[in-house]
Parts: sequence; structure tokens; C-alpha cells
Amino acid sequence: MSAVVVNGVSKVFNTGKSAQVDALHGIDLTIEPGEFVSLIGPSGCGKSTLLRLIANLTEPTAGSITVNGKPSKQARLDQDYGMAFQQAGLFEWRTVAKNIELPLELKGWDRAKRRARALEMLDLVKLPEFAHHMPWQLSGGMQQRIAIARALAAHPPLLLMDEPFGALDEMTREHMQAELLRICKETNSTVVFVTHSIPEAVYLSNRVVVMSPRPGRITDIIDVPLGSSRDDGTRETGDFFSKITEVREALRGAEYSAGARGIEDR
Amino acid sequence: MARLSGTVRSIWPPVVFGAAMLALWQLIVRGFDLKPYFLVAPSDIFDKFIDNRSNIWEAMRVSGTNAAFGLLFGAILGVLVAFVLSRFRILDELVMPMSIAINAIPAFVLVSVFNNMFSSTSEVPRRLMVTLVVFFVVLVNVSKGLRQVQPVHSELMRSYAASGWEIMRKVRVPNAVPYFFTALRISAPLSVIYAYVSEYFGGAQNGLGNRISSNISNSKNAVGWAYVAGACLLGLGFYVISIAMEAVATPGGAGQRNRDDS
Repeated sequence: MSAVVVNGVSKVFNTGKSAQVDALHGIDLTIEPGEFVSLIGPSGCGKSTLLRLIANLTEPTAGSITVNGKPSKQARLDQDYGMAFQQAGLFEWRTVAKNIELPLELKGWDRAKRRARALEMLDLVKLPEFAHHMPWQLSGGMQQRIAIARALAAHPPLLLMDEPFGALDEMTREHMQAELLRICKETNSTVVFVTHSIPEAVYLSNRVVVMSPRPGRITDIIDVPLGSSRDDGTRETGDFFSKITEVREALRGAEYSAGARGIEDR
Repeated sequence: MARLSGTVRSIWPPVVFGAAMLALWQLIVRGFDLKPYFLVAPSDIFDKFIDNRSNIWEAMRVSGTNAAFGLLFGAILGVLVAFVLSRFRILDELVMPMSIAINAIPAFVLVSVFNNMFSSTSEVPRRLMVTLVVFFVVLVNVSKGLRQVQPVHSELMRSYAASGWEIMRKVRVPNAVPYFFTALRISAPLSVIYAYVSEYFGGAQNGLGNRISSNISNSKNAVGWAYVAGACLLGLGFYVISIAMEAVATPGGAGQRNRDDS
């Protein structure tokens, strides 16, 4: 059973009005369990919209989306996925551990079980000594790690991430990418990852989905066979650079066809 | 310990400054031989304050009780209505503009109206007045807190398939707590001021506002000033209590932090 199946999905905002936007048109995408898939493309290509559709935070205008073999709405109601955004979005009145426990509270877990899982997740993101800290006592990178721990707390099979490292500095960002790969390997998660950064997409992904705007669509899907154990050394290999070039050229093709901008070339 | 010495250090400068201003005031009154009907010396005010301390205390008790009643009921009412309005958008659109319109009516007009509604010795009109003022401050602030949830928080709760009630309990209410204490900090001094002001429009002659105006109009300026000092103390007391409550309820001062800088 595939982790995510997107079948002929279109999304139109402001239907029938003068401000009508074809955010997505004719999207087909299948993601297998354990896969790490990045969505990349210039601003307005609908990559975030596609992620939000998979999360059932918004409904498609046409087509269907299946997550874990169920309609996406049912998957949301069952909390079959965890989500992380560019903002860590921690609740500032809750301690770090209590933040991680929130999705478990809503699932109706009892206190002891929640606490045990929160501590386990803190170990996973290597911040075990911060359980009783308040979010504002943590750096941006640490907050983002807590947000990832929270997204994974209920052990969902699927992780949806919308530019989670977009607000971090380059060094922290590379460190977080390596951490994310390690965590995904340990938890066996499937990941759909929206990003602006080509090296980030290449470093993390098994497949990079290249998108283009007006209307938002998939123009290319690039396999990244860099192996399953990637580290800082991977960033310096010829294969890594040639994949970056391949994605960049695919994006340029998409960009020229649409005349849009907004891709980070780093 | 370090925190205590820090508090002492931050308290010293304003205390010294205040004392210096009082000394200057004293010097000017004595140096230029100003008459008591023009400006009273602080030393005279202090003497009258000591002489009249039981009367001043009694007047503080009356005004303070009125302010406290208004503050309590206004806050409770404000929170309750804010909750109801946040659950029913249509009510919000109906009630909010009316609230703002009522709030624009000058206070004394309402006190006069309330005075006609109740017996001439009743404290109810004054308490009603304070309640009304506090109610609006609390309503506006708490409504804002219940509503202005960060978009990322709403999305997260939706991704958790949380119900409206769960979102209320786990996000909206905690989000509104700092707003509530801000409202309390604003309305605590306001409640005292409105308690004094409403005493100017009739009713029993027993509060600080009454005493100040009657003493001044009888040319007992020093005594009037002594009651003013009592009024300052009462207002200060209310303010300090509201700040202490905020400090206890939001440890770490999360309420003061800019909530947009995450």
C-alpha cells in the first residue's frame, strides 16, 4: 500500500471571481512507504498547497488524495501524519515536554504514557535535559527540533514538513538536515518535504519533485540515488553536485516556461 | 537573594527622586512664603494626614470597597461575555459596536442616571459605574486574546483533528491569559479613579472623592491634600496587587514578552 496517492488533483482559489487562481492543475504523485520526497519550485508553484491538500488542511477542487490507503480526511481524523512548519509553533505557555505531549493528549493517552513518550522523543532529538524548559528559553534550531519531536510523538507513519528549516542559519540548517535523516531512519518515516533550497532537497531526498507555477504543476521528478547513509561527506561528492545541477536545470526549464522567480541557489 | 538586591537597586532611584521633589516642594512653599490657600507644604499635609488618619482610612475603605466590587464583577462579566462572543460570531458583530458606543458615553452622565435609579445613600451606582468601565476593558482585551491565535497553532490543531472545545481549552484560553492580566493592569487604577469620580455626582458623603472636594471647598486645603495622598496610596495599592497577580499567574513573565517574535 502506498503512503500517499495523489490522483488528478486540481485546486482553484476564488473560483469564478476575477482573482481566480489555478493553484494546482492535474497533479499525480505516488509516494511509497519509507520514501523521502521533496517538493521544490518557485514561489506560487503550489508546493505548499499540495502539502496542505495531503494534510487535508484544505480540500481539492478536483481529484482525490489517499493517505495510508484512506481518504485524506480520514487520515487526518486518525492522526496518521505529523506536521511541522517553518515556524516551530510551540505553545509558549507549555513546557517543552508538554508541547510534545499535546498530540498525544488529543489522542486520549494517559498521563504516564504521554510523559514516557515525550521523554523518548526528547532523547531522539538529543535534547533530553530540556523537558521542563519553556519554549522561549530555546534557540530557533532547538525549537524546530522540538517541533519535529512533537510531529513524530504519536509515531505517525507520515511526516509532512513545510520549509521547516527555512528560518534557520546555514550551519544550523545543515546540522538539522543530518539530524532529520537520522531520525527518519530510526523511526522509518515517510516524509514529504517542501523546500526552496536545491542542496537541501538533493541531500535529503530519494526523489525531488520539481514544480512550476501558473498553473501549479509537476514538471519533473528526479531520482536521487545517493544511498541511504548520507553524511557531511556526501555534500562534497561529485554525484551530489551533478544532482544539484540536474535539479537546477529542471527548475530553470520550469522557470523559463513560467517566467517566475524565487529559488534559492545555495 | 540576587533578585532581591536587584529589586532594591531598581527601587532606590525613584524613591530618592520622589523624596527630592517633596523637599523641593517644601522649600518653595517655605522660601516664597506661599499661603496655604495657594499651595500647601508637604509637612502640613503630612501632619493633617496623621491627625485625620482614621477618617482617611475610613474613606479609603469606602472608595476601595466600591472599586474592588466593580473590578471583581467587571472582570467576571467581561470574561464571561468574551467567551460567549467568541463562540458565536454573529453575537460578536451585534454586541461589539454597541459596547463601544456605550463606552463612549461620558462616565458622569451614567453615574447621574444610576443615582436616580437607586436610593441616595446607596453605593450601588458607584459600583455599577466601575463595573461598567472594567467590563469593557476586560471584554475588549480578552476577546482579542481568545481570537488572535497564531495561524500555525490553528493549523496544528486542525492537523490533530481537535474539536472546537479542545481548541478553546488548549489554545484560545491559555492564549487569552496574558491579555486578561493586561486588562487587569489597565483597569485596576481605572477602577479606583472611577470610584472617586462617581462620588462627585451625589450619593453618600463618605468616600475619598467626597472628602477631597468638601475639604477643598471649605478652604481646608491641607486636609484635602491629605485625602489626595490617601487616594494615591489606594490607587497604588490596586496597581501593585494587579501586577503581583500577573507575576504569580504567568511565571517567567511570558505575558510581557512580544508574542510575535517566535
